[in-house]
Amino acid sequence: MTASSAESSGRLPDAFLRPGSSSFVDFLGEHAPALLPGNRPTGLTGPASDMAPHATTIVALTFGDDEHGRGVVMAGDRRATMGNLIASREIEKVFDADDHSAVGIAGSAGIALELVRLFQLELEHYEKIEGSQLSLDGKANRLAAIIRGNLPLAMQGLAVVPLFGGFDLDRSTGRLFSYDVTGGRYEEHDHHSVGSGSVFARGSLKKRWRQGLDADAAVAVAVEALYDAADDDSATGGPDTVRRIWPVVATVTADGYRRVPDDALAAVVEQIVADRRQEGSRA
Amino acid sequence: MNMPFYVSPEQLMKDRADFARKGIGRGRSVVVLAYDDGIAFATENPSRALHKISEIYDRIAFAAVGKYNEFENLRVAGVRYADLRGYSYDRTDVTARGLANAYAQTLGTVFTTESKPLEVELVVAEVGATPADDQLYRLSYDGSVADEHGFVVMGGQADQLTSRLREGWEPGMDLAAVLRLAVRTLGAVSTDGSIAAEGQEREIPAGGLEVAVLDRRRTRRAFRRWQGDALAELLRGDD
Repeated sequence: MTASSAESSGRLPDAFLRPGSSSFVDFLGEHAPALLPGNRPTGLTGPASDMAPHATTIVALTFGDDEHGRGVVMAGDRRATMGNLIASREIEKVFDADDHSAVGIAGSAGIALELVRLFQLELEHYEKIEGSQLSLDGKANRLAAIIRGNLPLAMQGLAVVPLFGGFDLDRSTGRLFSYDVTGGRYEEHDHHSVGSGSVFARGSLKKRWRQGLDADAAVAVAVEALYDAADDDSATGGPDTVRRIWPVVATVTADGYRRVPDDALAAVVEQIVADRRQEGSRA
Repeated sequence: MNMPFYVSPEQLMKDRADFARKGIGRGRSVVVLAYDDGIAFATENPSRALHKISEIYDRIAFAAVGKYNEFENLRVAGVRYADLRGYSYDRTDVTARGLANAYAQTLGTVFTTESKPLEVELVVAEVGATPADDQLYRLSYDGSVADEHGFVVMGGQADQLTSRLREGWEPGMDLAAVLRLAVRTLGAVSTDGSIAAEGQEREIPAGGLEVAVLDRRRTRRAFRRWQGDALAELLRGDD
């Protein structure tokens, strides 16, 4: 019986009952390939990057020591741009991939949000079918496969470049992974940044990151790196003290993913602004 | 050429039903009970890896008795159904009713068209915002669906165990109370399959139980397993 006659009779299609992969992406590829973003023909002949909103800077860093536990902080600004317009001032680009990992996205916003949803589901699907979580390397590799699947769209200017960080339960430490548009996966040490403001954020991280930061200090370093990126890159949004829109900042430790609350971020931003307002300050 | 013997449809269906019932009756029972903050599932299962109870989606869980390979296949299909539906529509559009329908159609088709019916019985449960919104569907090998309230027992000696639960269960019990009731009920089946008298139930250690809940207080994924010391402590109770 074909899938369509199964669906019309209301019973589960054969593809659902076939033993096979624990991967949701593989299942979609076989059963409903049109739902995978990379398989969608756009019919575009030229670059589409100016037609779709673009999400910008993500920073991430590791923190902690053996005594107080380790983890990662990931932060993203709230701006999406379309050419030289601001498409959104409150877009969110940092998400929990699962309980013990975070993913941040830069690049074509619509595709990126879809890929994040797919990645979250990929991890949850595996966990439900297998009854256990993937290793952190396994998660990082699945994200690489999803990004690789998006290569046709990336070639038309709709690239997505994620940053992935998580707590490795086997090694008890925070780890970071960066990617290129072809799905290349690179483990980063200490800190990293992606997106249009990443050059400036990376400079800031290099100066401010230290071994053995605690979680609060690491959050402050991440916010300050975004502040520096927004200072020099018009596509990165700084903290909006008028509308009280703060970056999305999350920590991942042995206790899991936790988003830093707005009032804590307001205090961090206030401190940074106060430091910089002082005459003769470094910035 | 040999002519096949004529078998009346009644006889054919009865033979298949007897076959399926026999397969299901051999296995250990699973009990599903509503409590004040959710729905609890319990069965006697010493294995830590081969589950009879599992998560399907945010608020939906699955429990089964019968042949492991058959219900495992249905479980995986259910996870795929729910994840695909939630991905193409929205997470709130995945419902236990839809899944129970798909299972019912699948079981029914196999029962009438394939050479052998599936030797399984399933419960699909969804926890709601209040106990009144909880849904419990019990599905049989022939595709029949029953919308149950309060509690369900599946597997061997289900009828006798159901009558025990009917005496002990009442709406609004807390988790520890329903689990103690569940374990006492499961313990009523002796190792040789006979039913022990009230008060003569076997003690089942926490390590020999598979227990999970759908907890309505949890934010997204309501499913949670109870095992090890936490389960032993809960069953012992501090009262």
